[in-house]
Amino acid sequence: MRDDTIQALEVEALSHRFGARTALDGVSFAVPAGRFEVLLGLNGAGKTTLFSLITRLYNSRSGAIRVLGSDMRRQPTQALARIGVVFQQPTLDPDLTVMQNLRYHGGLHGLSDAVIEERAREELARIGLTERAGERVRALSGGQRRRVEIARALLHRPRLLLLDEPTVGLDVDLRRQVIDHVHALCREQGLAVLWATHLLDEARAGDGVVVLHRGRVLADGTVAEVCAAAGVETLDEAFAALTGPSSTGKGGRP
Amino acid sequence: MNAALYWRCLRSIIVREGLRFVHQRERFFAALVRPLVWLAIFAVGFRAVLGLSIIPPYGTYILYEEYVVPGLVAMIQLFNGMQSSLSMVYDREMGSMKTLLVSPLPRWYLLVCKLLAGVLVSIAQAYVFIAIAWFWDVRPPPLGYLAVLPALVLGGLMLGALGLLLSSFIKQLENFAGVMNFVIFPMFFASSALYPVWRIREGSPALAMVAEFNPFTHVVELIRFALYLDVNPTSALVVAGATVLFLGAAILAYDPGRGFWARRGGPAEQA
Repeated sequence: MRDDTIQALEVEALSHRFGARTALDGVSFAVPAGRFEVLLGLNGAGKTTLFSLITRLYNSRSGAIRVLGSDMRRQPTQALARIGVVFQQPTLDPDLTVMQNLRYHGGLHGLSDAVIEERAREELARIGLTERAGERVRALSGGQRRRVEIARALLHRPRLLLLDEPTVGLDVDLRRQVIDHVHALCREQGLAVLWATHLLDEARAGDGVVVLHRGRVLADGTVAEVCAAAGVETLDEAFAALTGPSSTGKGGRP
Repeated sequence: MNAALYWRCLRSIIVREGLRFVHQRERFFAALVRPLVWLAIFAVGFRAVLGLSIIPPYGTYILYEEYVVPGLVAMIQLFNGMQSSLSMVYDREMGSMKTLLVSPLPRWYLLVCKLLAGVLVSIAQAYVFIAIAWFWDVRPPPLGYLAVLPALVLGGLMLGALGLLLSSFIKQLENFAGVMNFVIFPMFFASSALYPVWRIREGSPALAMVAEFNPFTHVVELIRFALYLDVNPTSALVVAGATVLFLGAAILAYDPGRGFWARRGGPAEQA
């Protein structure tokens, strides 16, 4: 069942600066359960800063972040426990086996051995890597590692999955597989997903889109709504129209 | 229930550090060969140069090898502390640090877990070294091997906490050479690890003063006294105090509100 009153993720009037540079400027948006939300922005738009704030790598200077109603600053434990994260850089330990990596992560979230074993088996089966559990991560391909990272992020049963440019370094086929996989999670489990990317074609019809540009939100809605608001047909055109001539639409191509 | 959560977190961090350590055999041998080279070569050459009088905790004249072993044990811990700081910086650049920090447990606790895991590794290394030193005829009383354990724990905590603190200041891996030059070498040479403080005083009273205030000297003396079934309360206090200071500062430096990340942004933020 969906709970429409409490959003999976609420970002409210979030601002952050590093010295004189403003990285985020009054960013607000929300992601309900079961929504695949694409956070679209060029490099340097502020996506990584936003992710760092949502994962509490550091606290925001002003504004608020709430995960299923828990405030990130006041109740970080509750908020972080509901979040699963896939970072842009690969963060699996290549010298450890797939299972050892999953155990490490489960332990960090305080899961018991029995729960870890059971869920790891489940998640590995879902990504079709059951028989690779005992192998070192080094032996896996790039696409397999990404899927293991997604499995790892789901081990503690989060309600919000954050992915920061998760398709970097994957070829077209693997890219589609990963996007399909996460869409399926969204549909089947009602997981809320925030997917950061600079690739316009990663947003599908029906997904939500937040366009972030130079630290500000320029558009927020479904793909169709954003296009309609900009008075154009495609997301490419909408993005170009929104971000203006200074940042040619070319940046969005893979 | 809550305690179980904390325990599982600690255990999994220790298991990971242990596995990484086992997988990096070069690191283990490097950590072992370094003090052995000092013991087998440096100590032999130095024996002739340095006459030692009877000083506590030793009850009799001793050979230089015997004098230098506690200093080399402390050196193992010093390098191990710096090594874990290096791996923190590496983890931060590689992103695996983020995996640690998104754990819902409090950040200070995660840092303490990381510290404890490093201390365990350094204790294992230290014991292997003093076992080998036995074959060099450096044979403290048998009970000394047990008595030295608390000293190793405390010394490892202090040097590990110092490593944690330093790791919060080092922005990139390349800057680590600076730590070698400005922290490890001065700390090691301006201490009682290689020569007693009274010997330093003969050469330079000022340097002797530095050595007396150098917390590393106190790690060395703590280990030296414990190994020979004696207690050095001053050193114990200094090492405990320095541990609290370094760890507190490291926790502040990693605090999400005011620390490293908030000041300078994440690693991918330069764009």
